Amino acid sequence: MTRSAVYWRIASFLVAAGFVGLWQLIANLKLISQVYLPGPDRAWAALVRGFTSGDLASKLLGTLEHMVYGWFLASVAGIALGAVIGSSRAARSYIAPSLEFLRPLPVSAIIPVAIAMFGLTQAMALFVISFGAIWPMLLATVHGFAAVEPRLYEVARSLQMSRLAVIFKIALPSAAPDILAGMRLSLTVALILSVVCEILAGLDGLGHSVLLSARAFRSADLFAGVILLGVIGYLTSLMMSYAESRLLGYRRGIR
Amino acid sequence: MMADRVKALALPVSLLLIFEIWARSVHLHSDSLAPPSAIVVALWSALADGAILTATRDTLLSAFAGLFLGGSIGLALGILLGLLQPVDRLMEVTIEAIRPIPSIALLPIALIALGFGYRMEIAIVGFACVWPVLILTRAAVREVEPRLMEVSHALRLSPADRVRKIVVPAALPRIFVAFRLAAGIALIVAVTVEIAINPIGLGAAIMAAQQGLQADLMLAYLFWIGLIGFGLNAGLNLMQARLFGRAALVRDDA
Repeated sequence: MTRSAVYWRIASFLVAAGFVGLWQLIANLKLISQVYLPGPDRAWAALVRGFTSGDLASKLLGTLEHMVYGWFLASVAGIALGAVIGSSRAARSYIAPSLEFLRPLPVSAIIPVAIAMFGLTQAMALFVISFGAIWPMLLATVHGFAAVEPRLYEVARSLQMSRLAVIFKIALPSAAPDILAGMRLSLTVALILSVVCEILAGLDGLGHSVLLSARAFRSADLFAGVILLGVIGYLTSLMMSYAESRLLGYRRGIR
Repeated sequence: MMADRVKALALPVSLLLIFEIWARSVHLHSDSLAPPSAIVVALWSALADGAILTATRDTLLSAFAGLFLGGSIGLALGILLGLLQPVDRLMEVTIEAIRPIPSIALLPIALIALGFGYRMEIAIVGFACVWPVLILTRAAVREVEPRLMEVSHALRLSPADRVRKIVVPAALPRIFVAFRLAAGIALIVAVTVEIAINPIGLGAAIMAAQQGLQADLMLAYLFWIGLIGFGLNAGLNLMQARLFGRAALVRDDA
């Protein structure tokens, strides 16, 4: 970072701090009722209180667990299925149109069906989250496999590589940017669906706890929970960016 | 191309047939599954008594009102930040701090502030729609041909005229792409809010069907919601191709 970029970043933080100050001012002057809008001081106090009592930490862990399990399951299944469909031209022409039809479906509409099948359980949440999170990765993998440079397949044939070797040595690396972009999108989907499932099924997690706070009009706890959810969203997307730059760094030299 | 059509339909049609035969042969009684023929009958009767149409109207109304609200805010901010680099750099931390909040996390706040109903749903959809429109509009405005901007300086256009006559027309194809993506998000968020808590629209209707253990009606709603999503997506894609043709062929990453 150059010197001026650092100054800009500092100024940008100051602007953000200014907005927090404005929020505090609005809360202090009671322009909006305290019931709806606690000041940042009270939200912060609720955050600290929640973490020292261990209450918020266990809720945070609950949400992270739902999100990561569902996302991980979806990643494995999505990439494997995508590889199977994507590596065969026949499978692509039969299955891909159905996938394209399903893609714009609002995935949360599957929740009632999952509730009918599994009841209000952890299994339901896992099914919903992984079903919702699988699409971006599945479609990205199919697309990535279809877009592999044809000459690479010719090379593989002349080297008499096995089908598995072709998938792992040629198709997957070449589809990696698409797949990673899909994984990033899926993380957001997984977080949203985790919150919805917790709200509906009363599973232990931030989604359920913010709803309870809202019902009891404990707005400080509510804002603390929402801030934490924002932090999860921010940190997970940061981690994906880091993973992308590490895993795909070698490509920068090629393209 | 006929062969492609046949191949595309082969999988869903054969799956439905197999399922129908299986469901009939075991005399399926289930809270979660129903034979396709029963789903069609349920869909038809829900269409005939107008229940599904009322629910569709409620959902689409909230989704489009939210899209309009959030899209306008995103558009205005996107143009502002795209034109004025210093403002953009100053706002960076603030925007990056608010953007990752999952829209559905705002549900409890909207619930206590606005209560059940359209307003709360529109507010959440609006929040979700601000970001894709803002990010893509900002990028589109930044990449407006610099010579066009020079022309606007030479003509001494006022800032308002510059935006109206130069920037928006030049960035319009990509702004449309932003709104197309946001429309998809709006529908998803609206249905999700209804399923989670709000007692109106398609989401509430499908939850009611599940709680009434009417598997055929529930699956009929699921199919209908899928059809709406597909129709919206296909319609907007067609509009984009008609209105802008190749001009809108940009990467869709938000």
